[in-house]
Amino acid sequence: MKKRLHGVMVVGLALLLAVPAMAADTIKIGFNIPLTGDIPEVGEGSKNAAEMYLEDINGAGGLEVGGKKYKLEFIYMDNESKAESAVNAALKLIAQEEVVAIIGPNSSKQAVPAGGTCNDNRVPMISPWSTNPDTTKDRPWVFRAAFLDPFQGPVVADFAAKKFGAKTAAVLFDISNDYSKGLAEIFKTSWEAKKLGPVAAFESHGTKDQDFSAQLTTIIAAKPDFIFVPDNYNQVALIVQQARDLGYKGPFMGSDAWGTPDLIKLCGEQCYGQYFSTHYAAAGAKGATKVFIDRYVQKYGAEPADYAALTWDSIGLLVEGIKNAGVVESSPRKMRQAIRDGLASITSFDGITGSSKFDAQGDPIKCAVVVKISDTGTFVFEESVCP
Amino acid sequence: MDFIFQNILNALQWGSFYALIALGYTLVYGVLRLINFAHGDVFMVGAYLAFFLATFLVGPVVGVSPAMAFAITVPLTMVLTSCVGVTLERIAYRPLRRKGAHRLYVVITALMCGLILEYSNLAVLGASRLKFPELLEKHIWNIGGITLTNLKVLVIVTAIVVFVFLQWVVTRTRIGMAMRGISYDKFAIPLMGIPIDTIIVFTFILGSAFAGLAGLLFAMSYPVLEPFMGMLIGWKAFIAAVVGGIGDIKGAFVGGFLLGFIEVGVVSVFPSTYRDLFAFTILLLILWMKPTGLFGVPQSTKI
Repeated sequence: MKKRLHGVMVVGLALLLAVPAMAADTIKIGFNIPLTGDIPEVGEGSKNAAEMYLEDINGAGGLEVGGKKYKLEFIYMDNESKAESAVNAALKLIAQEEVVAIIGPNSSKQAVPAGGTCNDNRVPMISPWSTNPDTTKDRPWVFRAAFLDPFQGPVVADFAAKKFGAKTAAVLFDISNDYSKGLAEIFKTSWEAKKLGPVAAFESHGTKDQDFSAQLTTIIAAKPDFIFVPDNYNQVALIVQQARDLGYKGPFMGSDAWGTPDLIKLCGEQCYGQYFSTHYAAAGAKGATKVFIDRYVQKYGAEPADYAALTWDSIGLLVEGIKNAGVVESSPRKMRQAIRDGLASITSFDGITGSSKFDAQGDPIKCAVVVKISDTGTFVFEESVCP
Repeated sequence: MDFIFQNILNALQWGSFYALIALGYTLVYGVLRLINFAHGDVFMVGAYLAFFLATFLVGPVVGVSPAMAFAITVPLTMVLTSCVGVTLERIAYRPLRRKGAHRLYVVITALMCGLILEYSNLAVLGASRLKFPELLEKHIWNIGGITLTNLKVLVIVTAIVVFVFLQWVVTRTRIGMAMRGISYDKFAIPLMGIPIDTIIVFTFILGSAFAGLAGLLFAMSYPVLEPFMGMLIGWKAFIAAVVGGIGDIKGAFVGGFLLGFIEVGVVSVFPSTYRDLFAFTILLLILWMKPTGLFGVPQSTKI
């Protein structure tokens, strides 16, 4: 008897707690994005893409799950492009806002620590842009929309060997950034595996550094055939200029963090003619990708960069996951579990950044593109590399 | 050998910025005994003012040639930045001084003023970075394997000229004598008929004008502007000033270049992670052996 009473009380309490969530009929999704800090452009683009998606879904009356339509609610939290702020933003979204899933952070520097937080708190998280393997490694609750650095590194190495006929390479990377450091190391391994020649210089710098002349002097003294710079766009602008000032005339090769319109604004003509690997190329896109780009351009007056497209795909993945779940639970905890299971059951996904299959770790296997910065400052498709 | 000379040149350029900012710290400290922690952000404001002036001048409305724009931007940036410095003194430091507040409170106020400058910039202009327009046509010279640009030479020469000028002002002019007098005894000086407020304002004008000049040259050398660009370099320049012996013009100059040389030297040999570790260990050792800094005097007769 006593036990039953206890049971009734628990059920009653649960109902009481569940009432506000049930009354809303909305699905709350959090965004952990860098609206200020080192890469504000990335946060802005992600938010723009998310707003567009939100309008589509809610304009159509909401997302249909199990025969009932639910409105989506997006909550944007600024992570200042800092690792510790990304963890705080994730905790705030989980505890205060009680979101059922989180999109972001974008950069691996924030996605690796925030992924740990989300995994520990059992909240599904999808990082649109993070390419560092550690983000999702052994974390059943963390997913991503981008390819991985172990794939991107060899893509860069192969392309440079073929295009520049390079024998020696040099690397300049940001040692306090998980993304940059991870990619630099993977590139080094894959370049050395080609046995064309050594990585002549492997130099690092800090995130807030503005003067790279000492590192570049070392690099130039090693006479590399090209310099690989897996860095954020703001640093790329300074690095390229300072290398030219120090008399370097050879080519640069970049990674997906280069792919923002701000790179051209900050770097200008000095970046023209350089190549970088990325997730998609806006110029020459077809089908759904083109529709997305056209709509984005019309709405925001600028071409969407890769992180905007990947954010779009991440939301697409999440929606797919919610649909797979088939129910909308009233308690955030149960809903999170349902979404995670829904996400884990996705085996392939056709997004605007290409179609991908998912491996056991929950990472997508998809193609990369190499893009050339044209003489007018646009990103032109050069070639596509598939695994 | 080229490698070493090239890095010496790199260090001279980088050290020039530390020296220029450290001179501003030392001037204000020498006169007021105030560590003006907003100085790094005055430097940032200088860079932004130079940005707006330069883009306006080369823009379609005025449309002067970049070289002409540079010639106008230099004095205007210095004047406007010194207005910012004087404003800070008038609205933040002077009221506290009048009320006889302890120096500690003024230092905290300075720290807050710096943060206010940073975040008001963030609020007004947003987090997106700005690209400084190219004002001087760049020439890259290659002399026996060592590469230098006209801008690098300009930066180094400016730092030296500013040092010589300030040294002259402080040691050879009447106003400099008054500055040294205030540093010596703030209470006796007004009795001698020296307008203490005027001298203090003059000090702020000098310090901020050269922070503005440093901001302009920095923006030309590293043309990516962001609201927090002055924070780290300002703190490091302050440490450079302390190591040189804060309050001493020569000390700030030497300290700035010393820090530049250590930083570039460490990075050219070791991985970049060791830079600040080595740099500050060396500076700590210097202070350990000589707590007043290289040129500092233990008494109150500073500047």
